[in-house]
Parts: sequence; C-alpha cells; structure tokens
Amino acid sequence: MTRRLLFGNEAFCEGLIAAGVRFYAGYPITPATEVAEAMSRRMPEIGGTYVQMEDELSSVSAIMGASGAGVKSATASAGPGMALLQNELGQAIVAEVPAVLVNVQRAGPGIGNATQSGQMEVMQARYGPNGECPAVAIAPSTVEEAFWLSVKAVNLSERLRTVVIVLGEGLLGLQRAVVDLPNYDEIEQEERPRPTVAPNDFRGIYTTDDPAGIPPMADFGSGYKSVINTVGIQPIGGGDGSVRGQDLTDQDFTIRRLHQKILSRKDEITFTDPYMLDDAEIVYIAFGTQALSARVAAEEARAAGIKAGVLRLITIWPFPDEAVRAACERARAVIVPEMNLGQARMLITNALAGTGVLVEGINHVDSTFITPDEILAKTEEVRTCH
Amino acid sequence: MSLIEQFDAPRPPSRDKKPTNRPDPMTPIDELADVYADVPDKHFRYCPGCGLGMAQSALMRAFHRLDLDITQVATAGGSGCYSIMAHYFKSGHVHGSHGRGCAVATGIKMARPELKVLTLQGDGDLLAIGGNHFIHAARRNIDITVICFNNFGFGDTGGQFAPTTPLNSVTETSQQGMPEPAFDACKLAIGAGASFVARTTVAHPVHMTRVLAEAIDWKGFAFVEILQHCHVLWGRRNGMPEAIDMMNFYRDESAFNTPQVPEEERFGTPVYSEDGEQKVNFILGVLHKEERPEFTEEYAKLRAKATADAESRAGA
Repeated sequence: MTRRLLFGNEAFCEGLIAAGVRFYAGYPITPATEVAEAMSRRMPEIGGTYVQMEDELSSVSAIMGASGAGVKSATASAGPGMALLQNELGQAIVAEVPAVLVNVQRAGPGIGNATQSGQMEVMQARYGPNGECPAVAIAPSTVEEAFWLSVKAVNLSERLRTVVIVLGEGLLGLQRAVVDLPNYDEIEQEERPRPTVAPNDFRGIYTTDDPAGIPPMADFGSGYKSVINTVGIQPIGGGDGSVRGQDLTDQDFTIRRLHQKILSRKDEITFTDPYMLDDAEIVYIAFGTQALSARVAAEEARAAGIKAGVLRLITIWPFPDEAVRAACERARAVIVPEMNLGQARMLITNALAGTGVLVEGINHVDSTFITPDEILAKTEEVRTCH
Repeated sequence: MSLIEQFDAPRPPSRDKKPTNRPDPMTPIDELADVYADVPDKHFRYCPGCGLGMAQSALMRAFHRLDLDITQVATAGGSGCYSIMAHYFKSGHVHGSHGRGCAVATGIKMARPELKVLTLQGDGDLLAIGGNHFIHAARRNIDITVICFNNFGFGDTGGQFAPTTPLNSVTETSQQGMPEPAFDACKLAIGAGASFVARTTVAHPVHMTRVLAEAIDWKGFAFVEILQHCHVLWGRRNGMPEAIDMMNFYRDESAFNTPQVPEEERFGTPVYSEDGEQKVNFILGVLHKEERPEFTEEYAKLRAKATADAESRAGA
C-alpha cells in the first residue's frame, strides 16, 4: 500500500492502470486534460501506449482497434468532446468492444464553461448515441472512489463486452485528496470471454442464440478470425454463411440482446450506498460530489430529530430503480440535489410512479456546490407542506 | 457438373493450406481464395462488373507474393461500398464508424505492432469525413497501409459527389455539373508526410498487384490510390455506362511516371514525361518514397527508456 496525494483525474488513471489498461488514446479537453497528461507519463513507464489523437472521435476509434487487438483500453473526455465522440461510442458499444470512457463533466451546453463543473450528462450517458444504444455508467463521489470505480469500470467492460462510462465531474477531477493505493498485483482483473473452440471452428463474426448472451471475442493475431462490427444489424455477408441483416428478426434480436446482456445482470452491476435508510421518512437521493452534502445534511437532520437518510447512486445506468423503490418504502418525500435541471429526478420520479412519494429537486447550474443548509431548508419546506 | 454447381459445391476448410509457388498472375484465384478469402455462401455483394472484385483479387495476389499469414493481418474500415470487402478476408477486421479507418488502424498497430495493418477505405470515407485521420496518420508515419478505392463518389449512398469527383462531372448531388475542384489524394498524402505513395487502376491488374505488395511490405505509412470504376453510378451519368468503358477510360487517361514500369504491366499505357505533350488525368506508379522514422518503432524506444527510468527510480 502506498499513500499518495492525487488529483481526481490522476486517480482515474491509477485505477485504470491497476485494472490492466495498457492503451490510452486521448485529446486535451478541460477539465479532463490531466487524465491524458498523467497517462502520457504513466503508460510508457509500465510498458503501455499513450497516443494523442487528432480529436475525440479518433480516440474512441483508436481504442476500438487496440481493444480488438486484445489490449485493455481507455480514453477520457468532457463537454463538447463527449458530444463529438457519440458516433464512435455507439459503434463501439454495438460492436461489443470492451473499453472505458471517463467523462469529467463540465458545465453548460455547447462549448459550455470549460473550467466549471456539472452533472449535466446523466441522460447523455444513456441516450447520447443514436439508435437505442445500451449503457453502463458509474459515478464516483470522492477521489478514492475515482480510483476504485475505475478499476470496477474496466472489469465490468471486460465482463460485459461493452463500453463503461465513468461519470466524473470537474469538481472531482481537479480535487486533490490523500488516497491509499493498494498493491496493484493484488487487484482482481477480469478478462473478456475468449473463444474456446479451435480457430477453424470460430466463424469470426460472433453470434449467440442466447437472448442475453455475451459472445466470445478473439484478439487480432491470435489465429482466430475476429470481426468487430454491428453484427445482426448491419447488412453484411455473415461469417456463418448467411447474408445477415436483411432479416429484420436478426435486427430485433440483436438490439434486444445488447440491452438484455446488461439488464439481465443488473444485480451484479448495480451499486448504491444506503445510509440511515431503515426508518427514513425523508430520503435524499444523490450521486457524485453532491452526495457528500446529502450525507452531512442527513446527519444534521437526524440531530434535529428528523428521520432523514441518503441513497447514494453509484451505478447510474442501468438505473437502479429497484434500489430507489426499496429506499423509499417508508418515505414521505424524496429530495434530489444535483448539478443539472433535474435529470436524475426525472428517473427517480419514474421509478417511484404510483407510490405517492413526493419528489423534489435542488438544482444548481451555476457550478456551485449544493450545501447541506440548502438541503435542510428544502427538507423543512417539504415537511411543512405535508 | 455445371460451372454454377462447381461454384456452389462445398469446399473443405483450408485455412492452413498454402498455395503452390507458381508465378503470381498464373496462380488460379480460387486457390488464393481458399487461403485468404472468407466467403462461405459464395455470395459477393459487389455490383456486377464492379472494380472492387478486381481490387480484392490483386490484394490476394499481393498477400501471396509476400507470403503473408492472413491471421496476422488486421484491417480497418468504415462505411461505403468497399466496406464489405474486409468481411471477405480471413483477416481480423474492425468496422469503425464512417471515415475512421486510419484512427482505428492506429489503435491496432500501436497495440500490436507485429501485425500487418491495412485500412480499406473509399474516397469519400477517407478524404471527406476521414480526411483528418488520414493526414495525421501520415504525419506520424505509422506502419499501416492505407488503400483508397477511388470511384469518384459516394457509392453506398447512391452516387453523390465526393472530394475526388472530377470537375464538371454529373452526380446525384451535382446534377448541374460538379462545381468544386477535386483532391489529388496522392499529393495530399505526400504533403501530409506519407513515406510511400502510389497510384494504380483496376485496368492495370498486374501493376496493381505489384504496387500493393510493395506498399504492404513498406515500413512506414504507405498509401495506395486505386482508381476503381463505378460504371453504375458515376459512369452511367458521364457517358461510360459499361464497366469496359471505364476500364478504357482509365487506360487512355493515364500514364506511368517512370519507364521502369515493365511493358507487360502497362497495358499499352504510355510513360509520362514532364516536358512531353501528353495530356493525361492520372499519373500512375510509385509517386513518392522516403525513408523516415516509423512511429511504433520510435514509440518502442521511448517506452524502453521510460520503463528503464522508472525501474531505476524504484530501485534508488
């Protein structure tokens, strides 16, 4: 174990490295630039590769290639860079390429405010790419968690054969904290499913009849033919001898399978952090940096005799709606503090539909932290209106 | 057995079979297809008469000439008519999004430098949406071979103009004549720093094979522009409705840049001379060759130094 003073952005890097990432392609963009900077130093010294690409969409394309060659790969971006790379992100998810994408969220639409923080890409993480693209996204709250969730993201991406998004924030990426880093040799590393049949029996184009199946994937140069493509949707001459994709049942099957392979494993990939929820009548549901305020507010509310608790969402996609419902079993009201205009609140309202629980939001888009006092004031408001 | 029956008859898998070592143009394409191609249902989805099939034959002959192990080849591509070709090889392949072939290939090559990495791209894909990735890969001089199938337009979407469409020609989006001047893809590649640049056409199959083999074998960024006819979309609207019309057009409108190209590879095409009176549209041959440090090798040096420095720091 080593004790280090790390930027959040450095913690992302160390987590990725600890989980086995040896290829990083990046492009400078505030506030994610330090991830690329740290990787340009760290990758070569551990035998890996850092490439600075010409834009974000080529970064994601490059990690598609590197991951296809069997090397765990990652990139990071922010704001308009995240918007730019959606095309390639969708292609990588649909072609089932394991990779990690760190989004150090900045504030505002368009170019936005580069040096300010936000939580404005909750919906983008799921609905950014075109055409019903599934998503896995996890959001750390502290620098230490930025390390551990980066490890988790790499492992999930390998297990599920998909791109996992780490939803960071400028406030987290540019925050410094003391972190106890473990010995990287002791960290469990997962690997993607690889073919178990002989090369001649592997058709290159992975298919599976299991409606929630994760097909094996061969590395380039391993002796197996490996084709990374939107199989089943794109009309191509299939490796299994058919002309695939003309058959719309294939398209239907594939799009549903891509979602089912994630949703059917929801139990193993949905993480939440419940705090004082057993008898909570007022539940604060928050994620990322804003969950820290919610925790302090809950403690202060308890001290004042109010039964408050916190459900911190770690997994954002697939959205943990069962956990939200369970947390709100005794709740009269839910308060959702977030640095956007109510993206998580919309999902929570949806999850609590029919339960009669009041869902209120506290929304900052000026990049200032939501304070415990604001949450307590909102708590009073909610209690008096009931 | 009729020819069609023979074609449809199942063949045993022959991944390990090597072709007999006959001179290149003499090896039956079927033998090469057994080694390099992967078309289990024998259903090529090129239009009848398309130049892509000839380009694919030339690629297989180039692989044969270099005695490449197809399992050690990876290709990258995006969207376009050409994109189906990669699926007809036994090599690994990444179908990236439209235009990103060079970026994907950069990722593959950096991760596994021992692989032969090719991009198979169309002119619209490579030079319009993918132009940025093309020039930057050339600048890095990374050891990939970029093959551009130039059919003067976007074929997959039905014949719109691309940056290579000749001035004044008629396409679906230049129905009054193409108003923009075209790119010379080879000049662009040379300007961006490509260390090997060549142009050939499907009307010169022997030359095409030789140039492809040389490009694949080249250490560094190699670019080959193959003029590949699309008589269905571009030819039909520009007075060349049959494949043979366009083959003749390529033969008549091109000249080799050097007398070193042997007679049998020229197919009656003259040799270009700077001070001559010939008016040709396409100069063929290897247009540029320049030894430059290759990116993956340079990066390996950087990596070795960084690793050694880190180890000595840890030891200190």
